[in-house]
Amino acid sequence: MKNYIKSDDTLKLGSYEFNSRLIIGTGKYIDYKQNSDALDASGAEMVTVAVRRVNVSNPNKPMLVDFIDPKKTIYLPNTAGCFTGEDAVRTLRLAKEAGGWNLVKLEVLSDPKHLYPDMEETLRAADLLIKDGFEVMVYCSDDPVFAKKLETMGCVAIMPLGAPIGSGLGIQNKVNIRLIVEQSKVPVIVDAGVGTASDATIAMELGCDGVLMNTAIADAKNPIRMALAMKHAVIAGRESYLAGRMPMKKYADPSSPLAGLI
Amino acid sequence: MHLTVNGEIYDNLIENMTMQDLLDYLKLPANKIAIERNREIVSKSSFNTAILNDGDIIEIIHFIGGG
Repeated sequence: MKNYIKSDDTLKLGSYEFNSRLIIGTGKYIDYKQNSDALDASGAEMVTVAVRRVNVSNPNKPMLVDFIDPKKTIYLPNTAGCFTGEDAVRTLRLAKEAGGWNLVKLEVLSDPKHLYPDMEETLRAADLLIKDGFEVMVYCSDDPVFAKKLETMGCVAIMPLGAPIGSGLGIQNKVNIRLIVEQSKVPVIVDAGVGTASDATIAMELGCDGVLMNTAIADAKNPIRMALAMKHAVIAGRESYLAGRMPMKKYADPSSPLAGLI
Repeated sequence: MHLTVNGEIYDNLIENMTMQDLLDYLKLPANKIAIERNREIVSKSSFNTAILNDGDIIEIIHFIGGG
């Protein structure tokens, strides 16, 4: 069968280029093996990772790098747990030393109840990181004004939340996501809030350049199957967006011609 | 010599240990971690030459699962 899908439709993030528009997390899985299997099923080429102290009392504990090879899959280190710009810079400098990547995910959270980004501190941290030479993908609120400020500062991707982290509530404010997509010249990636495959498709149909998710896959009854579903959902939404949907009509319009009836 | 490593105190360590000696002592693979000494990053290329000093505060990190 002829392949009509444009093969040059790649996602460019900073100095990196990806075929897959799905980025998945590595938290909350039963174990790293399940995480690795889900990654294979998802077709994602980049995973988010956290930076933490090594357990010095048990050096034989399984390590993420033994299951997801950083030479084959890009690691996107995050700043989860950082509440100030200085903490974020410190964490990501260490991540760079451990892995060598320049592309990072900045998230400066606030109240654990909603895990909304502290936008004032996020802006400050983004500035520090960009000055330090990082390519910053930034988790942010779905506010077009803050999104524009982050883009102007030089962030390489704007990543508004669809709904609170880990909530699985889907895209709550399509109007804002669409506004951010329309105004942005850098990729827009919905980060957080996706619960099921149709949520990812909706994000892509709104014109987002990608989707980042963790819990939607990790907390599914069958994470491997859900990873596969998400792969297809993102592709479906992207193709649908590029294809351009039909106009909505108020009344029915028959698909079979009415002329020539016997 | 004593050190603080990831918040834990290590006493009676031999003098003039290098960073690599410490990793060997802790049985940690150098290629999978990064180290900070007194809030300054220690580059991997200097693990064999960086001599630890009494009272150094060491942080050894790696990548774990996260979103």
